[in-house]
Amino acid sequence: MSSFPSGSIQRVAGTALVVQGEDIDTDRIIPARFLKCVSFDALGDQVFADDRQELNGSHPFDQPAFQGASILIVNGNFGCGSSREHAPQALMRWGIRAVVGVSFAEIFFGNCLALGIPCMTAASEEIQLIQQAVIEDPGREWCLDLMALALGSPQDRWAVSLEPGPLDMLRSGRWDATSQLLSRDSELTALMKQLPYINGFQTA
Amino acid sequence: MFPVPAAAPLSSGTLYDKVWELHRVDDLPGGSTQLLVGLHLIHEVTSPQAFAALRDKGLTVRCPERTVATVDHIVPTTTQTRPFNDPLAEEMLSTLERNCLEYGIQLNAIGSGRQGIVHVIAPELGLTQPGMTVACGDSHTSTHGAFGAIAFGIGTSQVRDVLASQSLAMSKLKVRRIRVDGHLAKGVSAKDLILHVIRTLGVKGGVGFAYEFAGTAIEALSMEERMTLCNMAIEGGARCGYVNPDQITFDYLRGRPHAPSGEFWDRAVQWWSSLASDADAVVDDEVVFDAGQIVPTVTWGITPGQGLGIDERIPSLDVLDPADRPIAEEAYRYMDLQPGTAIAGVPVDVCFIGSCTNGRLSDLRAAAAVARGRHIADGIKAFVVPGSEQVARAAEAEGLDRVFRAAGFEWREPGCSMCLAMNPDRLEGRQISASSSNRNFKGRQGSASGRTLLMSPAMVAAAAVHGQVTDVRGLSLHPTS
Ligand code: SF4
Repeated sequence: MSSFPSGSIQRVAGTALVVQGEDIDTDRIIPARFLKCVSFDALGDQVFADDRQELNGSHPFDQPAFQGASILIVNGNFGCGSSREHAPQALMRWGIRAVVGVSFAEIFFGNCLALGIPCMTAASEEIQLIQQAVIEDPGREWCLDLMALALGSPQDRWAVSLEPGPLDMLRSGRWDATSQLLSRDSELTALMKQLPYINGFQTA
Repeated sequence: MFPVPAAAPLSSGTLYDKVWELHRVDDLPGGSTQLLVGLHLIHEVTSPQAFAALRDKGLTVRCPERTVATVDHIVPTTTQTRPFNDPLAEEMLSTLERNCLEYGIQLNAIGSGRQGIVHVIAPELGLTQPGMTVACGDSHTSTHGAFGAIAFGIGTSQVRDVLASQSLAMSKLKVRRIRVDGHLAKGVSAKDLILHVIRTLGVKGGVGFAYEFAGTAIEALSMEERMTLCNMAIEGGARCGYVNPDQITFDYLRGRPHAPSGEFWDRAVQWWSSLASDADAVVDDEVVFDAGQIVPTVTWGITPGQGLGIDERIPSLDVLDPADRPIAEEAYRYMDLQPGTAIAGVPVDVCFIGSCTNGRLSDLRAAAAVARGRHIADGIKAFVVPGSEQVARAAEAEGLDRVFRAAGFEWREPGCSMCLAMNPDRLEGRQISASSSNRNFKGRQGSASGRTLLMSPAMVAAAAVHGQVTDVRGLSLHPTS
C-alpha cells in the first residue's frame, strides 16, 4: 500500500474499483461497532464489513482483481449519514487515495479533504461509463490529474471537477498543516541555533 | 557579557512579545505563525493518536530530546503494580511506553522517582525555564508560565505537528496585565487569588488574551504559588498566563536536574533576565486588584467563575448579570444549593487534596498545618494525592504522611486522581466534594451527578475536619516548620 497522503496532491495514479449504488452511508462504509477503538489502525480490514459479509467474498473490496486499487468510483450522495471520520479513515487504510463519483455528502467530503483524499465529480452518464470500463478491465491503470482536472487511462480520458477552494488546498498541500510546518525545516534549524537554551547555554 | 545572538530580544516589550518573536519561524498563509516549541510535554491520554497519525504520514519525531513524557491521568493511586486492573488504562500506558521507546523519548515512569502530574514534574526537574515556549496536549499547560515561559495547551493534531516538526501553527494573543498590589492576608492563598480573579473577570474574560500576572503581591509569591496562579489562567479563558522571571524564579531553578550549571548558569540568568517585560511595555489591557481585599474563596456552582468569599451567600438571580443567570439557575438545580444560603457550613462528603493546581509540597504543608492534631469529621472520606513522586517522598521525609494519616486522611501515590477521575478515584452518586483541583464542571469528578466545591488545600483540610465548608482563618494552625 502506498503511504498516506502528504503535501501537495497533484495526481493519484493506480488501478480503480467500483462500488455501485446511491446514498451509500457511512454506517455501511464502517459499521458502528467498529468505532470503539484506540486508534484507526484496524479500520482498513473493516471497511464495508457488513456488505462484504453479506456478499460472501464477491464484494468489490474482496475480489482479487481489485486488490491494490487506489481510486474508488461511486455514484450519488456517497458518504451520507453519520459524520464519523472513521469512514474515510477506513477507506484510506484499505488503500483508497481518491474517490470519483456523481456527488458526495458534505461532511464526508470534508473529512476526506482533511486526510488529503480528493473527492471529484463527473456527470452521471460519464460515471456509468467509467464504472463499466473499470469492471471490464480491472487491471487498467488510471490517473486522476488534479492539475488538468481529468481522469485518464491509456484508452480514454474524462473531465472531472472539484470546487476551487478544496482544489487549491489539495494542490498546494495546505490541507495538511504538518507538511506546511515541515517545509520550513531549514528556517527552524537556524532559529534553534539562535536560541541559547536549546543547547543548554553552552555556546556564547 | 553574554554576546546576544542574532535573535536578540526586542529592546522594549512584554515577555510575551519577546518570547513570541524569538520563536517565530515564519508567518503562514492564512495569518497564523509557525512557532518553534522549546519544550514539548506528553502524557498517556492525548499522545497515542498523535503518534499513530505520525506513523500514518510516514513521519518521525523531529527532536525526541525536546519531548518529555510522564504518565499521570490514568494511574491508580492505591496500588500501582502492573498490569493495572483496568485493561484500557494498561493499554494506554503500554502504548505510551512503546512510543517513547521507539522514538527515544524520555519517559518518567512509575517508580523512577520522577513520575507525577506533567505540570508538577516538568518544573521540579528544571525542564521548564524562563523564555521557553512550552506545549502539551493538556489545557493546564498554562502552569509553566509561572517561570516566564509562554506555555499553552494544544489538541491532538497539534501534538502530532509538534512531534513531527518541533513547531506549530498559532495565532498571537493579546496581553492583559493582571496587576495585584498589596499583601495577601494570613490564611489567603494563591488559589484564593486566582479564584477571585476568575470570579471577577469571568470564565470567558480571558479568551484571546495571555494573562501577565504582575504587581507587588505577585512578586511576593513563591514559585509554587505562581504555578497555582498560572495553572488556572485557562479557567479564566486565557490560554496562557505568566509571571516575569525574577530572583525567586532563579533560586527555584538553581541545582535542578535539567537546569544549567556553572558558567552556563550565569549566561542563562542573564538571558532570562533580559526577557522580562520592560517597564514601558505596552499591554492591550490592564486590570488592577488589591490583594488585601481577597478572602478565602470557594466555588458554589458548576463553573470556576461561580466563586464566593467564605463569608458570602449564594447569589440570587437579581444581583447577577443577566448573561450569568441561566448558568446560575442550572447551578442551583445541579448543586442543590439555594440562593441566600451561606457558603460556609455547606456539608461535604469527600475531601480531595491534590492535582496540578495544588498538589505540590507547599500545598500539602498548608493542608497538614490544618490537619495536625485534628481528625476528619464522621462520615467524611478524605485523601491526599501528591502531585509527583518527588513531592510524595519529600512530604514523607517531613512526616506529612503521618500527620494526614493520624487525622484520618488516606495517603496515596501520585497522579491526577479525582481531579478528573479517569482512574478508580471518583465521586459516587450525588456526593459533594471539597477539592483543591481546578474544575467543578458537571460530572468532572467521575459521577454524572457528583458535585465539586473548589478551594485551597488548607480550606479542603478545614472542610474535612468540620465536615462542612469552613473558614480556615478561624482555625489555629500547626505548621511543620
Ligand atoms: S491534575 Fe487534573 S487538570 Fe491537572 S493535568 Fe491532571 S487531570 Fe489535568
